[in-house]
Amino acid sequence: MGEAIVVTSGKGGVGKTTTSANVGTVLALQGKKVCLVDTDIGLRNLDVVMGLENRIIYDLVDVAQGRCKLNQALVKDKRFECLSLLPAAQTTDKDSIQPDQMKKIIDTLKADFDYIIIDCPAGIERGFKNAVAGADHAIVVTTPEISSVRDADRIIGLLEQEKQVSPPRLIINRIRQHLLKSGEMLEIDEIMNILAIDLIGIVIDDDGVISSSNKGEPIALNPSSKAAMAYRNIGRRILGETVPLMDLDEKQGFFHRVKALLGMR
Amino acid sequence: MPATQSLVTIKGRKDGLVLVMNEACAYRDLLIELKEKLAASTNLDQNGPVISVKIEVGNRYISTDQRDQLKQIIHSYDHLKVEAIHSNVLTYAELDQIKEQEKIVTMVRIVRSGQVLSVQGNLLLIGDVNPGGVVSASGNIYVLGSLRGVASAGQGEDGNNAVIVASIMAPTQLKIGETISRNERNTAEVLTERHRFECAYLDDHIGKIVIDHIQATIKKGNLPFTFNKM
Ligand SMILES: Nc1ncnc2c1ncn2[C@@H]1O[C@H](COP(=O)(O)OP(=O)(O)OP(=O)(O)O)[C@@H](O)[C@H]1O
Ligand SMILES: [Mg+2]
Repeated sequence: MGEAIVVTSGKGGVGKTTTSANVGTVLALQGKKVCLVDTDIGLRNLDVVMGLENRIIYDLVDVAQGRCKLNQALVKDKRFECLSLLPAAQTTDKDSIQPDQMKKIIDTLKADFDYIIIDCPAGIERGFKNAVAGADHAIVVTTPEISSVRDADRIIGLLEQEKQVSPPRLIINRIRQHLLKSGEMLEIDEIMNILAIDLIGIVIDDDGVISSSNKGEPIALNPSSKAAMAYRNIGRRILGETVPLMDLDEKQGFFHRVKALLGMR
Repeated sequence: MPATQSLVTIKGRKDGLVLVMNEACAYRDLLIELKEKLAASTNLDQNGPVISVKIEVGNRYISTDQRDQLKQIIHSYDHLKVEAIHSNVLTYAELDQIKEQEKIVTMVRIVRSGQVLSVQGNLLLIGDVNPGGVVSASGNIYVLGSLRGVASAGQGEDGNNAVIVASIMAPTQLKIGETISRNERNTAEVLTERHRFECAYLDDHIGKIVIDHIQATIKKGNLPFTFNKM
């Protein structure tokens, strides 16, 4: 029986889709059977980031409304046998599927896959409720900005009311070292102080993320990039390993604190 | 009952009048005598300064309507002002209401953005109020943690005496009774406020007293059950 992990944020554009694509990819790299589910109906992206757009025949809404079998809608990744995508519909809106239908689909997928990564749309309305309905775990993505942290806090509050979801874990995305050093960006322990949930990883802001998304090749596939390392480490932490943070920064103090936050000495 | 025994005794004090009412007679008789006594009082100078009046009804239960009635009679004299009506008797309902207002509601949690925590009585919150979160109480608010959101205390009667206490006071807005104050500091500054707030408790598993950050303690959900139950 697999585990379903929803990737959510509240605020838009902070990196949910990027995180879903890369976390799914690194888990597949580890040989796990992974299904990515795009629940951003009407604004689907995950297929593009994965480079699978041209293989889509059916989508999530087709499955929910019985126009095809679940298996028919799954798009096989071109690189990994063990990685599949259930794409969102592009032509309808978020109301065309209900949370209980969503839960049924995720439950069915859990029988066949080790991990189901659910890419959640921005916002706290129907799309969020759909995405969370079948989830066992949650990853909250934030950037080191006040508005993003505020929305993450709101989402954490809502996730805490979802009894079937385990306590959410945090990814801080798009960290820019020069801003951290100059104190212009919220520091990691300031964010942790507010949100008070477990940190599962930090990802630097990396131009490579954007170019690889455009090419439909998740950056996690390029082992020379630091963002890729970060995603690989997140993947290993999801698998239950204790992975120290890689050295992003020369400044000792910074890492000491982050290590402490990750529960390491 | 001998006609000579008076049911209403008017006593003059430095700070005003005290009306002591017989507690055994019929209420109706009290009103009759009160009116007579007031009408007969030659020393009540109509043009003098306002005189405060306290009414002692002793061991007699008196309802809100009856209180209003007494006030109305006395206030028909322009210069008399009822300061207080004191009775030794309370109904259970009134007692419950007082208990409700005086009780302390203990909560162990983080009030996150978009959440509202509202209680009757005094709120003791062990945890933070994050920006965008709201706590409200009819009495006082005590936050053992950071107050970075909105706190409204004294949202019941007599609200102006309420207080708001926080280990880290960095609210976006405070309200006491009907008075509101805003924090003019910018949000980034408030967010960077650090705190290390610690909690000691007996850990059942290891049989030792453990000291941990309160946030970590809340997160683990392993506070002793007396806390959790509340
Ligand atoms: N670590 C990073 N470094 C650089 N760019 C990034 C990083 N993470 C995300 N981006 C870029 O930010 C943009 C938004 O990312 P993404 O689409 O993953 O966000 P989202 O949360 O899914 O957005 P939406 O709310 O619209 O679904 C994209 O252009 C993406 O390439
Ligand atoms: Mg997205």
